[in-house]
Amino acid sequence: MGKELIRLTNLTMEFDGETVLDGINLYINDHEFLTLLGPSGCGKTTTLRIIGGFLTPTAGEVRFDGQIINDLPPYRRKINTVFQRYALFPHLDVYDNIAFGLRIAKLDEVEIDRRVQEMLDIVSLRGFESRKVTQLSGGQQQRVAIARALVNRPKVLLLDEPLGALDLRLRKDMQNELKRIQQALGITFIYVTHDQEEALSMSDTIVVMDKGRIQQIGRPEDIYNEPKNAFVADFIGESNILDGVMLEDYKVEFFGRKFQCLDKGFSPREPVDVVIRPEDIDFVPPAEAHLTGTVTAITFKGMQYDIIVDFKGFKWLIQTTDHQPIGKRVGIRLNPEDIHVMKKSEYSGLFGDYSSYSAEYDEIGEEDGDEA
Amino acid sequence: MKHSRLLLPYTVWMTVFTLIPLGVVVFYAFTDSLTGAFTLANLSHLETYLPIFLRSIFLSLASSVICLLVGYPVAYTIAQTKPSRQRLLSMLLMLPMCMSFLLRTLAWVAMLEDTGILNRFISALGLKPLPLIRSNGAVILGMVYNYLPYMITPLYTVLMKIDRRLVEAAQDLGCNSRQVFTRVILPLSVPGIVSGVTMVFVPAVSTFYISQKLGSPGTTMIGDVIESQFKTAYNPNLGAALSLVMMVMIFLCIGFMNRFSDQQEEVMTP
Ligand SMILES: Nc1ncnc2c1ncn2[C@@H]1O[C@H](COP(=O)(O)OP(=O)(O)OP(=O)(O)O)[C@@H](O)[C@H]1O
Ligand SMILES: [Mg+2]
Repeated sequence: MGKELIRLTNLTMEFDGETVLDGINLYINDHEFLTLLGPSGCGKTTTLRIIGGFLTPTAGEVRFDGQIINDLPPYRRKINTVFQRYALFPHLDVYDNIAFGLRIAKLDEVEIDRRVQEMLDIVSLRGFESRKVTQLSGGQQQRVAIARALVNRPKVLLLDEPLGALDLRLRKDMQNELKRIQQALGITFIYVTHDQEEALSMSDTIVVMDKGRIQQIGRPEDIYNEPKNAFVADFIGESNILDGVMLEDYKVEFFGRKFQCLDKGFSPREPVDVVIRPEDIDFVPPAEAHLTGTVTAITFKGMQYDIIVDFKGFKWLIQTTDHQPIGKRVGIRLNPEDIHVMKKSEYSGLFGDYSSYSAEYDEIGEEDGDEA
Repeated sequence: MKHSRLLLPYTVWMTVFTLIPLGVVVFYAFTDSLTGAFTLANLSHLETYLPIFLRSIFLSLASSVICLLVGYPVAYTIAQTKPSRQRLLSMLLMLPMCMSFLLRTLAWVAMLEDTGILNRFISALGLKPLPLIRSNGAVILGMVYNYLPYMITPLYTVLMKIDRRLVEAAQDLGCNSRQVFTRVILPLSVPGIVSGVTMVFVPAVSTFYISQKLGSPGTTMIGDVIESQFKTAYNPNLGAALSLVMMVMIFLCIGFMNRFSDQQEEVMTP
């Protein structure tokens, strides 16, 4: 990964007095694949539009290669964008859409043709040159949009949920394809998505956002294994989040029991949130268990079962390959590495409780069943 | 079955208001005014009227082009404003249309007359009055004024529908504002230009009141000739023949324009 390329400092954006971005601080390195991840409306597109030059921030600085570019118009930035819904030119065919930027840059037609052909190969659209873009499938349009941006060899490519409209299968293929292109061409990608799996599998760095604020920045593994607060823990994968008290370094108490853990640096008896990932929990015979509870629901998920276990009225989600019948008493053990301790935050108590599990979790499947 | 029953009102309408009048026009065009016998004589007068036909086409083409040049910036500006403002502006635009066509034209007579408002103003400044009325210019002005909304409305509709994101995509790919206009907005507004020009040209070429009031005998248009055949010269057969020729001409014109915009049409629905 190269040197720092873009830096956002105290970036704030207001629309009609409503704060949409609230003090964003972020730097992006050359050749990095950075993903902005967050729920709908958290300000991902707004951040991207500020970097692209389509919005001027209310306050704060955008720097590119050390230069402040707050007021530089989009056409003078070495940045290209793949828009949320492609925005292909409907009056031009595939070839002319891809060649658009090169023609504006007044390259000679021989060079243009060479680069467009090269791009058509990269996105596997050879033979589609003279198709109307309106006659393409969603996946093909999306590839034209990527080619149209990449052909200009920008320093930075902004991608706003480029795979949002595709079906699962095509999505997976394109994820690999994009990652491959990014590595082959060595372009910095700033990628927006609200799909956590996509973010985890593609990114060098993930920026988790909510309500216009950055919640956490880190490598995918760090974000997953050491979420900073209940929001991040819940948004990235499934989490059981419990109230606990940090007794001393490496010792946390919850459910009235003391557990060893790997976390330190809290004040004595500080109230904390404790995260336990559903796939980290193993069943043991009740005699050897730290905690015992009753199975209240089980759902087959393909790779694993999602099992809800009631511990003293608090329900946990446990993911395992072992089938457990409803009503059975089960025991679990928690090893120190299964326990992750977080500081209390505004999100404490809002996430990580599976008490209403069956109602919220399976509604799609059940509705289908009812109608059939 | 259901289908054909739904078509009934349309069929009745077409028969009563289009096919029958058309039949009457064709009948008159091919019969003699005195004997009522079949004849081609009415159509053989055509070349006498050729200069008038050509003048009509010239004047209405000129009006269409001026309407386009004036209307495009107006439509563009309206399409750029806030949605709430847009409604107000397009209503203001339609406001003169609520007044009778005749009144609007007479208003211009009052403005341009030798002793009209403008000339009185000019005299008051101590200058010599200008011959404003009874010229091609006055006729074109009258037509532009009357038909401008027909140009602006389709242009505005098309411009408003152009996706903002296409403009951003163009800027993203290196276009300055002039290039955004020539590379994206102008090509995408071609269907609006075509229907605007058609909607101005067709009524303009067949109009018959404007040149009588604002023009001179030297600016007579084909519509005036047709009107006079029915009202003063009492030769409806010749009038019908001229109407028929004009109709064919307009149809050819619309057909030509539509072929032009068809290529764009499918492109407009992304
Ligand atoms: N031009 C605008 N005027 C007013 N409010 C806006 C404008 N653009 C965005 N917003 C508001 O800013 C907030 C963030 O919007 P943004 O488009 O950045 O969200 P997002 O994270 O991209 O969401 P999604 O995942 O749904 O695309 C939203 O509440 C939105 O309503
Ligand atoms: Mg968005």
